[in-house]
Amino acid sequence: MIDLATLSVPGPTETELTKPFWAAAAEGRLLIQRCEDCGRAVFYPREICPHCWSSRLVWADASGRGRLKSFSTIHKPGHPGWQPAAPYTVGLVELEEGPTMLSFILTGPDAPRVGQALVMQPTDIGGRVLPAFKIDNDNQKGDQS
Amino acid sequence: MTRSKAALIGVGSLKPVRRTEGETTLGMLARVSALALADAGLEKDAIDGLLVGPQVGETPQHVPATVSEYLGLQPTMSNVVDLGGASGPGMIWRAAAAIEAGMCETVLCVIGNHRNPEAPRSPNRNPIREFDVPFGASGANISYALLKQAHMARYGSTDEDFALIAHWARANAQRNPDAIFHGQPASVEDVLASPLVASPLRLFEIVMPVAGAEAVILTSAARAKSLCARAVHLLGAGEKITHRAVSQAPDLTSGPLKPSMARAFAQSGLTVRDMSLLSLYDCYTIMVATTLEDSGICPPGGFGAFMRAHDFGPEGDWPLNTHGGQLGYGQPDLAGGMTHVTEAVRQLRGTAQGRQIRDPRFALVTGNGATMSEAVALVLGADA
Ligand SMILES: [Zn+2]
Repeated sequence: MIDLATLSVPGPTETELTKPFWAAAAEGRLLIQRCEDCGRAVFYPREICPHCWSSRLVWADASGRGRLKSFSTIHKPGHPGWQPAAPYTVGLVELEEGPTMLSFILTGPDAPRVGQALVMQPTDIGGRVLPAFKIDNDNQKGDQS
Repeated sequence: MTRSKAALIGVGSLKPVRRTEGETTLGMLARVSALALADAGLEKDAIDGLLVGPQVGETPQHVPATVSEYLGLQPTMSNVVDLGGASGPGMIWRAAAAIEAGMCETVLCVIGNHRNPEAPRSPNRNPIREFDVPFGASGANISYALLKQAHMARYGSTDEDFALIAHWARANAQRNPDAIFHGQPASVEDVLASPLVASPLRLFEIVMPVAGAEAVILTSAARAKSLCARAVHLLGAGEKITHRAVSQAPDLTSGPLKPSMARAFAQSGLTVRDMSLLSLYDCYTIMVATTLEDSGICPPGGFGAFMRAHDFGPEGDWPLNTHGGQLGYGQPDLAGGMTHVTEAVRQLRGTAQGRQIRDPRFALVTGNGATMSEAVALVLGADA
């Protein structure tokens, strides 16, 4: 795998609302919203809670742990800037707090499997530190297939 | 028979092509509209309703007025239907509802696109651009690869199961001289040998983007009768939108087509077993697999066994996407979803030359947009 930091790829298009998420990501933290009314976690960041429409959303550090819901190893990227990294893997990460996010999956010698435990791994992609994920070998349950 | 919500009395299709030179989308919409009008046997001033897609390339806003002006129409009802690949089927029930509401009598539904691959993409500021693209996930292929992987992990479905869907689409395309893959059949082995694009999706499981346009004209069943038109009837419809980005999908192995089809069948008083034709949206093989399972024609996880047990050609026991589907016909962008409507109309009135199914009575048509996000299902019936 090439050094992802050297890629020339599109970065996040942050807005005033989402700035705290990306600022935390740059510090290696995964910051998500939590609703003070219904108590549920929210990702991606929004103006109101999609579960109950409350505007009482507060930022909270996520555990960084999650589970791989699905993944794809990309051979023909949709953006040419990613071609030097191909094949690379992205996946759907169900966060421990509930919501699902799409992220870059750092893979080892074995192919990933749906259901595997993941842990956030801050990773420089194209000159910005983003919340990627890697297989959490310390936290695999008995049968993940 | 169930009450007709409206009659589909004219259809038009432009032969798909890989690229266009000097064509405008407006010009293509005009040509395909004229084909549908001639097919309906109407004068253009009979059209008083207009439904169009969300983009006509060069004109991002005021689309109904722009198209009306270009076509010399002054509709008393017009709107944009913006449901991705479900836009075409979504137009059909909206046209029927507008007629039923007394807002107009005869509606032109038209959608299409020119295709110049050098055309720049519009800047995109939606959450997918902010939260998916920076991780290397650009474009629809990845979303459907994630859906396919989830199905394989949950049910143990195999690449061979999915390859059968692409194989049948290509096989049926050999009966349609307009199909982009006419003259290019593909065996299951060919599909499995095609290159991986985004695992587990291979090239032949993905539609070929093309230019094209499709149009349908609807009027009330009573007016269709007085015109002595060759009518096909809308008997039931269902629609549901659940999310936009695949990461926000409530379910990866069942989609919003499930409740949409249930509603369409309930309205029509029919079941999937009554259908003579399955005209199912097929941007990728996984979309057909999930739709078959969501329709109840086979159990969840059972599409592979179903594909092995039946013949999906025009003379088969379960005719499926007899025009080749978009996997065989090509995907004219948002008009791709409308090809499933125009093919069903041709089959149900017995005019599907060279690929006519036997005893056509009812058809299930599905449309799907974004990442299994936007769904429309229609039940159509032949004239009684
Ligand atoms: Zn809430």
